Amino acid sequence: MILTNIEAVPGKKIIDHFGIVAGSTVRAKHFGKDLLAGLKNIVGGELKSYTELLHDSRKQATERMIEQAKELGANAIVNIRFATSSVAQGAAELYVYGTAVKVR
Amino acid sequence: MKLIIAVLLTMVGFVVGRILEAKHYKSIKASEKELLYLPILNINKDTLDDNEIDKTQMVYGSVVISIDYFKRFLAGLRKIFGGEISSYETLIDRARREAILRMKEMAASMQADVITNMRVETSIIGKRANKGGVGSVELLAYGNGITIRK
Repeated sequence: MILTNIEAVPGKKIIDHFGIVAGSTVRAKHFGKDLLAGLKNIVGGELKSYTELLHDSRKQATERMIEQAKELGANAIVNIRFATSSVAQGAAELYVYGTAVKVR
Repeated sequence: MKLIIAVLLTMVGFVVGRILEAKHYKSIKASEKELLYLPILNINKDTLDDNEIDKTQMVYGSVVISIDYFKRFLAGLRKIFGGEISSYETLIDRARREAILRMKEMAASMQADVITNMRVETSIIGKRANKGGVGSVELLAYGNGITIRK
């Protein structure tokens, strides 16, 4: 599966087009990790546990999108965009969407 | 008692936060120099010839960063008169540069030669920064890593 965030796949030609595919996941923070992050908040800086959490969730959302594209028979997804929104206190939604295409 | 704790935490934030920031800037500058060979073109039409391109793959990097107690205090003071809050600026700047660097590192690990169509996104993760919750921002950089045929 080729993933790009431009409108085409460089060096290849789009021969078929399957519309929008998307993947999303809603994640809540782990209580213990939240506590540690709260302590880290005193001195500021990177919150590694959160970075990791978001990285993993984004990967999962991407995998779901790829799964959907595979079912349609696509072999590439173009024009991918990421979006993040906090749906509730302590929970975030990660959303990935793109256009499934077949390239040659 | 509460006031003493607040003052103490602010002082800890000031000292440790400052040291950490200096250290972080040093590491950012070092890695930026190291990854200078990998250019980022912020255009979405590739100027490269189609036959030259070997492989395309998406690359991304992200950082979650939070503010320290001293900076929050400074920003609180600043809000009275308005104007530039430089303590927040360095924080976001650090995070953004780090996110771009992580994206570049991912591109380097995939032997990409150039990154096109880079996008940077900022999102708020914790909202209750001044009510005892964890206030943090996520910086996400993503783009398209292109490998040139040799």
